[in-house]
Amino acid sequence: MRPSLTGICVLFLLVVSMPVACSANAPSRSAAQQPQPQPAPPSATDEFVPISQLPAQDQLPAAPLLVTAYAFVWVALMGYLVSVGRRLTKVQREVERLESDIAKGDRT
Amino acid sequence: MRIAWLVLKKDLTVEVRSLEIAYTTLFFAISCVLFFAFALVKEGKAPEDGAAGILWIAIAFAGTLALGRTFERERQSETLRALLMAPADRPAIYVGKLLGIIALLIAAEIVLVPLVAFLFQAPLLSHPFWLAAVLISGTIGFAAVGTLFSAMLVRARSRDVLLPVLLYPITVPVIIAGVRATAELLQPDVELALVRFWVMLLLALDVVFVTLALWTFEPLMTD
Amino acid sequence: MPKWFMPLAGLTAVMFAAAPFIIARADYESTMGLVQKIFYYHMPSASMFLLSAVVCGIASARFLFRGSPRQDRVAYAAAELAVLFGAITLVTGPLWARKAWGVWWTWDVRLTSSLMGWMVAWAYLLVRKYGGPGSDKLAAGLALFGMANAPFVYISVNYWRTIHPKTSVVPTLPADMGTALWFSFVSFLLLFTLLLRLRVHLEEQRAKLDTLYLAMDE
Repeated sequence: MRPSLTGICVLFLLVVSMPVACSANAPSRSAAQQPQPQPAPPSATDEFVPISQLPAQDQLPAAPLLVTAYAFVWVALMGYLVSVGRRLTKVQREVERLESDIAKGDRT
Repeated sequence: MRIAWLVLKKDLTVEVRSLEIAYTTLFFAISCVLFFAFALVKEGKAPEDGAAGILWIAIAFAGTLALGRTFERERQSETLRALLMAPADRPAIYVGKLLGIIALLIAAEIVLVPLVAFLFQAPLLSHPFWLAAVLISGTIGFAAVGTLFSAMLVRARSRDVLLPVLLYPITVPVIIAGVRATAELLQPDVELALVRFWVMLLLALDVVFVTLALWTFEPLMTD
Repeated sequence: MPKWFMPLAGLTAVMFAAAPFIIARADYESTMGLVQKIFYYHMPSASMFLLSAVVCGIASARFLFRGSPRQDRVAYAAAELAVLFGAITLVTGPLWARKAWGVWWTWDVRLTSSLMGWMVAWAYLLVRKYGGPGSDKLAAGLALFGMANAPFVYISVNYWRTIHPKTSVVPTLPADMGTALWFSFVSFLLLFTLLLRLRVHLEEQRAKLDTLYLAMDE
C-alpha cells in the first residue's frame, strides 16, 4: 500500500486544482471581513502601476520604516553569520583538542 | 484493510473495558468549553461568532489529549513494539489507529456541539448535514497528522510538550477552514457555496495529510 | 570548505554592497513611494524562505527513505535558514504594510500560511534540539509536512482574494525596477548557497566530533 512518487505528485496537483475549481463559486464573504486597505488602485495588485496619477497620501513618513527594514535584514544576516562562526570555532577547538589527545594516547 | 479493522477492534475493546480515555477526553473538552463560557459570556450574552472558534479549539485540545493518552497507553504496555513486529502492513496499523482516534473525537463532538450551541446561543444545529460534513472532514485532517506525530513521538523525550509543538502549526489550515465553515453555518443567511468551498478544501487537506502520513509512517517508525 | 566558497563569498559581498545603489536608481512606485523599496529585500527573502522549506523537505525525504546522514545535515541547515529568512520576511513585510495597507498585519491567506510555515521551521529546530534520540527522524517527518505548505504559500495569493499583491506583479515590472529586483534576488540566492554550505560544514564538524568521542571511548 505504498503510494508511488508519481501518485503523490498527481494527487498534489489534483489537490491544488480543487480550490481553483471551487473558487469559481466566489467566496465573497471573506473579502468583506478583511480590513479595508488604504485607497490604492485595485489594479496595483494585478500588475505594476507605473509612475502616473495619485498624489502622495497623507501619512506616516516612509523613511523610518525603510531604514528599519534594511537595518533588520543586515542585523539578522550578520547575527546569523556570527552565530554560525562562533559555533564553528567552538566545535573546531574541541575537535583539535580531541585529536591531540588521541595522538598523545597513541604515542604512550 | 483487514488489519486496520483488527487494530481498530482491539483499540475499541480495550477502551470499552475501562472507558478511561473516553471519559477523560470528554471531561476535558467540556471543562474547556465551560472555561471559555466563564471567560467570555457577559451577562448572558455570548460574543458574536465566538461559538465556531471555541468549538474547534475544544476539539483541538481534546484531540491532543486523546492522542497523547492513546499512545501513552501503547507505550506503557509495550504493545506498539508488538504491533510493529507483527507481520502486518505498517500503513494498515496507522489506519487502524487513525480510525480509533477519529471515532473518539466524533464521540466528543457529539457532546460538544449541543453544549456549545447552548452555552453560546449559537444555532449550530440549523444545518446538521453540513455541520457533520465540516466536523468529519476537519476531524479526519486533524487526526491524520496527530496520529502520525503521536506515533512518532512515542519514544522521544519531552513527548507531551512536543506533540502540540509539532501538531498545531501543521493543522492550522484545518482549524482555519473548520472555523470559517462553521462560522458561515451560524450566519442567518447561510451561503452554502462558501461552506461547500471550505469543505472541499478540508477534504483536499485530508487527502494530502493522509497520503503523506501513509507514505512516511513506515520509515518514521523503524529505528 | 570547498574551493568555490571564498570566491563566491567575495562576489556576494560585492553584490550586496552594490545593491543599494541599484535599488536607489530604480523608479519610485506610484502609490507607495519610498517605502516600496523594501520590496527589493522582502521578495527575495520570502523566496529564500520558501526555497529553504523545500530544500529541507527534499533532504528530509531523502534522509528518511535512503538514510543518508549528509541529507540530514542539509535538512537541519535548511531549517535554520528557513527560520532566518522567514524572520526577515515577516519583519520587512509588516514594516512595508504599515504604510502601504495601513495595518501592520492581517490574517489573510498568504500571511497566515507564511507564519505557519515559519512556525513549522521553528518546531523543527526545537525537535532537533530537545527531542532526544531519534529526533532526527521526527523532525524529518515534520519537514515533509512543512514542505507541502511552501507551494501553497506561493499560489495562495492567486486563488484567494487577499490584500497581498499577486505573483503577476513581478513579471510586469518596468525595466529599472525589474533589474533591481533580480539583482537583489541573485544576491540573496548566492547568500543562501553560502550560508547553507557553511551551516552544513558546522554539522559535518559536529559529526566528526561525535566520531572522535566514540574513538576516544575505545
